Amino acid sequence: MIANFGYGVLFITFLVTLYSVFAAIYGDRRQVPALVESARRAMLLTWPLLTLTAGVLIYLLVNNHYEVQFVYEVTSRSMPTYLKITAWWGGQAGSLLFWSWLMSAFASLVTLRKWDRDREFLPWVIVVACITMAFFIGMNVFFENPFAQLYQTFDGVNAYTLKPADGILFTPQDGRGLNPLLRHPGMVIHPPMLYLGFVSFVIPYAFAIAALITGRTDDRWIRLTRRWTLWAWLFLSFGLVLGGRWAYDVLGWGGYWGWDPVEIAAFMPWLTGTAFLHSVMIQEKRGMLKHWNMLLVILTYDLVIFGTFLTRSGVLSSVHAFAQSAIGPLFFAFIGFTLITSVALIFYRWSSLKSETEMTSLLSREALFLLNNLLFMSILVVCFWGVIFPLISELFTGQKVTVGPPFYERATSPLFATLMMLMGVAPLSAWGHSTVKTLGRAIWKPILVALVVTAVLFATYTQKIGALIGFFLVALVILVTLYEYWRGAYARQRSQGENILSAFWNLTGRNRRRYGGYIIHISMMLMAIGILGIEIFQVETQGTVEQGESLSVSNYELRYKEIAQWDDLPSGVNYRRAVLEVYQDGEYLGQIAPRIDYYYDSQQNMTIPGQRSTLKDDLYVLLVDWEPATAAGATFKVFVNPLVNWLWLGSFLFLAGVIIAAWPEKEAERVAVKAKARVQQQTSAAD
Amino acid sequence: MTDTSIPAARRGVPIWVQIIIWVFLVGLLGIVAVGLKRAQEGTVQPGAAIKDFTFELFEGYKYNGQSQIKLSDLRGKVVVINFWASWCKPCEQEAADLQAAWKEYEPTGKVVFIGADYVDTPKEADVYLKKFGITFPNGEDRDVARGRPLSQYFRIKGVPETYFIDRDGVLQYVQVGPFTSIEQIRVQVDKLLK
Amino acid sequence: MSNNHLRITNYGLLLAILTAFIFALSPQALALAQGPTPTDDEVNRIAKQLYCPVCESTPLDVCPTEACRQWRELIRTMLAEGKSEAEIKQYFVEHYGARVLAEPPNRLVTYLVPAVVILLGAFMLFRGFQMWLKPSITEADVKKSAKREAKPVQDPYIAKLEEELKNRK
Repeated sequence: MIANFGYGVLFITFLVTLYSVFAAIYGDRRQVPALVESARRAMLLTWPLLTLTAGVLIYLLVNNHYEVQFVYEVTSRSMPTYLKITAWWGGQAGSLLFWSWLMSAFASLVTLRKWDRDREFLPWVIVVACITMAFFIGMNVFFENPFAQLYQTFDGVNAYTLKPADGILFTPQDGRGLNPLLRHPGMVIHPPMLYLGFVSFVIPYAFAIAALITGRTDDRWIRLTRRWTLWAWLFLSFGLVLGGRWAYDVLGWGGYWGWDPVEIAAFMPWLTGTAFLHSVMIQEKRGMLKHWNMLLVILTYDLVIFGTFLTRSGVLSSVHAFAQSAIGPLFFAFIGFTLITSVALIFYRWSSLKSETEMTSLLSREALFLLNNLLFMSILVVCFWGVIFPLISELFTGQKVTVGPPFYERATSPLFATLMMLMGVAPLSAWGHSTVKTLGRAIWKPILVALVVTAVLFATYTQKIGALIGFFLVALVILVTLYEYWRGAYARQRSQGENILSAFWNLTGRNRRRYGGYIIHISMMLMAIGILGIEIFQVETQGTVEQGESLSVSNYELRYKEIAQWDDLPSGVNYRRAVLEVYQDGEYLGQIAPRIDYYYDSQQNMTIPGQRSTLKDDLYVLLVDWEPATAAGATFKVFVNPLVNWLWLGSFLFLAGVIIAAWPEKEAERVAVKAKARVQQQTSAAD
Repeated sequence: MTDTSIPAARRGVPIWVQIIIWVFLVGLLGIVAVGLKRAQEGTVQPGAAIKDFTFELFEGYKYNGQSQIKLSDLRGKVVVINFWASWCKPCEQEAADLQAAWKEYEPTGKVVFIGADYVDTPKEADVYLKKFGITFPNGEDRDVARGRPLSQYFRIKGVPETYFIDRDGVLQYVQVGPFTSIEQIRVQVDKLLK
Repeated sequence: MSNNHLRITNYGLLLAILTAFIFALSPQALALAQGPTPTDDEVNRIAKQLYCPVCESTPLDVCPTEACRQWRELIRTMLAEGKSEAEIKQYFVEHYGARVLAEPPNRLVTYLVPAVVILLGAFMLFRGFQMWLKPSITEADVKKSAKREAKPVQDPYIAKLEEELKNRK
C-alpha cells in the first residue's frame, strides 16, 4: 500500500518535470510570462514531492518491509537504524532517487533567487534542470523502481511495479543486508558528497546553455554561477578525499587510490572543474576565453553524466560497478543527446562569444592560468585514454587488457609536477603584465629556501631524485604562497596600522577568493606531502607467525600476542581480533589490533586494519582472511606508510580554504564596491 | 579599459574544424555504444553455428589417439563442452555426474565430452581431475588455432557452464551453473542424439 | 717466483678446485642451491605487478579468493624452481591473457596517443599566445619616439598627445 503510494508520488513528479519543461519552452517562445512562472512553480513543486517519495522509501527501509525488492536487497534486520537510512543510496534504484532529490533541491534553490535582471535565462535554466531531472526520475519510474514489490507467480518470485494477475505478495523474513563494505562511516558519507558535487555542476551548465540559447553570451552567466561552481567543486573534492579515506580504512590493501576506472570517472569532472574555476577568473578579469569557458562547463557536465553512467553500465570492469541493468543504453542515449545539442549550440553561437583577447606578457597571470588549463586538460586526456583504451583494444584486437597504476602514475607525474611549479610562480605574477625580472626578483628567495630544505632532506631523509624534486616543489609553493600572504598582511599592517594578526584576518576577509585560494593551494601541498610519502616510501611485508613470534619491517617489530573470536549475533557479525605488540628500535610503543568481521547475512568478510598513526608515518596491519587465523599461526600483512597523515590533514585545511573562498561578502561591502565601480565608470566616461 | 580592442574574428567555427569534431564525437559515442552492447550481451545463444577450434589436451589425455581435437572433425557427433576450474566450488557438485554420464555415452561413439579448464593452475587442476577420476578429454581453456581462450569465444559469464552442440555443429543448449543430477545431462544429450 | 713456489701454488689450486667440485655435488649443496621456500614478500613482489584474471581490477597480492591464493602458490613454486620474474610474468600472460599485466603489452600505442594529443594542445596554446601577444610599450620606446618627435613641430596638441601616450601603460 505504502509502496504503491510512493510510486504514485514519484510518477506524478515525473509528469510535473515534463510539464515544467514544455511550459518553460512554450512560455519563452510565445512570450507568455505566466507560463514561465508556472514552469518555475512546477519545478519548485518537485522538491517537496521528491522529499515525500524519499520519506516513504526511508520509512519502508527502516521498518523492514522486505516485500519491497529494494528494501530486501539493501537492508536486514541486524542493521542499526542509521545504516538502514543510509541504505537509501546503497543500491541502484535508491541512489538514482537520491540523485534526483539533490537535483530538485539545487534547482529549487536557484529558482528562489531574484530573476529581475536575468529574465531570459530563467526558462532555459528550468528546461535544462528539468530535463536532467526528468531523465533520472524517468529511469526510476520505468526501469529501476525502488518501490517494486515481490510477488509470487507461476514463474517464481519476481519484482513487479503493479500486482500481476495471479500474483501473491511475497514477504521474505529477512533482507540480504547492505554490502558490509558500505557500512563504514566514511562510506556512508562518500556517495552523498560525490553526488552533491556532481549534481551542483548541473547548475553552471544550465546557465551556460541558457546563455547560448538566449544569445546573452557575456559574463553574466559566469557571475551568477560563480559561487555554485565553487561549492560544487568543494563537494566533489571532498567526495574524492572521503572515497580515498574509505579505501584506506576499509578495503584493506594499504592504499587510498587504485586508479580504478570508476575512481577515474569521478576524478575527470574534478579536473575540468578545477580548470574551469581558474579560467573563469581570466574571463572576469580580462574578458578572454569565453569560448573556452563554455566548452569547459559543457565538458564538466558531460563527464559527470558519463561518470554516473560508467559506474552503472558494465562497460568497464571495476570493483565499484553496480550490477548491470537496462539503464546503460538509456544513459548512453542521454549522454549522446546532451553532448550533441551542447556542441551544436556552441558552434551556433561561436561568433557571438566575442572576446577582447589581448595579452601583453607570457608571464602574466592569465598566461600562466592558460598553462594551468593546458596541464589539467592533459591529465584529463591521460585519464580518459586510460579508461577507454581497454575498450578500444578489445574492439579492434579482441584482446582484453588492463590499464593500471603504472601507466597513470608515469604519465601524470610530470604533469602534476609542472602544475606544482606553476603554483609556485603564478601567485607572484600580476594580471596583465609580468616580466622575468619582476618575477625573478620575487621568486629567488623562496627558491633558495626551498633548495636549502631539499638539501636538508637529501642529507637526512632520502636520496631518491623523484622524491627530492617533489619535496622541493612542495616547499617552493608553500613558501611562495606564504610570502604573498605575508606581503599583503605586512602592507596592510603598515597602511592601516593594525597588528599583524588582525592584518591577516582582515586581509583574508576583504579578499576571500584570493586568500581562500592561497589556503587551498597550501592545503594541496600538504596533501602532496602525504602522497609523496606513501607512494615513494611505502614498505610492506607479509608473514605467518605463531603466537609469541615477531614480524619486522622497517625499524618496527610486531610481536603476535593473542587472538580472540566471538559472535555479535544481534548485529549478525562474527569478529576475529588479533592483538600485536609494537616495538620501534626496541622500544615498546603500544598495541595494534587488526580484525576480520564476517557478516552472516551477506556472507562476506571485511578486513579492518589496525593502525597506529603519527605525522611521521602510519603503521598499518591487516589480518589476512585467506589464510587461517589462530593462535597456532596467523598471517599478517604489514605496511609502513610514511607521511600519509599529511594527506588527511591537508584535506581539513582544504575544507577551511574553500569555505573561506566561498563565504559570501557582506552586503555593505558589496554595495560599497558597486558604488565605487559606478563612480569609476562615470569618471572614466568623462575623460 | 580603453577602446582599442581588435575586433575579434566574427566568423563562426570553420567547417573543417566542425567536421573533425563531429567525427571524433560520433566515433567516441560509437566505441562506447559497442562496448555497452558487448557488456549487455550474454553468452553465445542456442541457434548459433559454432566456429571451428583446435583444442589441446592435457598430458595423459588422448582422443582417438590424438592429443588435439578439432571441432570440425567431430561433425556428426554430439559435443558437450564443460568449462570448469579447480577453485570453483559449484564445479565439484557436477564433476561426478559428468564423469558418470561420459561413461554411459562413450561406448556409443556418438557423443564427445570436452572439459575446458578455465584460468587455472596446473597442479590444482591435476588434483581435481584425479579426485573425480575424470577420463573424458580435458585441456586448458584455449583455442590454439586462434591463440585465444575458448571461453572468450563462448563469452562465458563464469564457471561452471556447459555447452551442448548438435551433430551439425549448431549450439542447442547452454547450462549456466552446475547440473543438479545426471538426469539433466541425459535429457540434453538424448535430445540431440535423436 | 721460484719453480717450487709455482708448483705448490698449482697443486694448491688444483686441490681447492677438487674440493669445491666435491662439495658442490653433495646433497646439502644441491639443497642450498635450490634455496629456501620463497617468502611471502618475494611472492608479493611479483604478485603486486599482476592482476587477478577473474576478479575485477584487483591486484594479485591482495585478492582474497581461492583462485588468487592458488596463483600466488604457483608463483612461489616457480620462484623455488629458480624462474625469473620475467619468466613468471610471461607464463601468466601466455596462460591467462594480457589482462593480467598492469600495463598493456603494446606500450607504444598506450603512451603515444595521449602524448600526441597533449602536444597538439600545447601547439594550439602556443598559436593562441602568438595571436594574442601584443608587445607592451616600454619606457625606452616612449623616450625614443619622444626624442624623435621633440625636434621638429611644437604643436601643442601633439605635445599633449605625447604626454598622454607617455602616461598610458
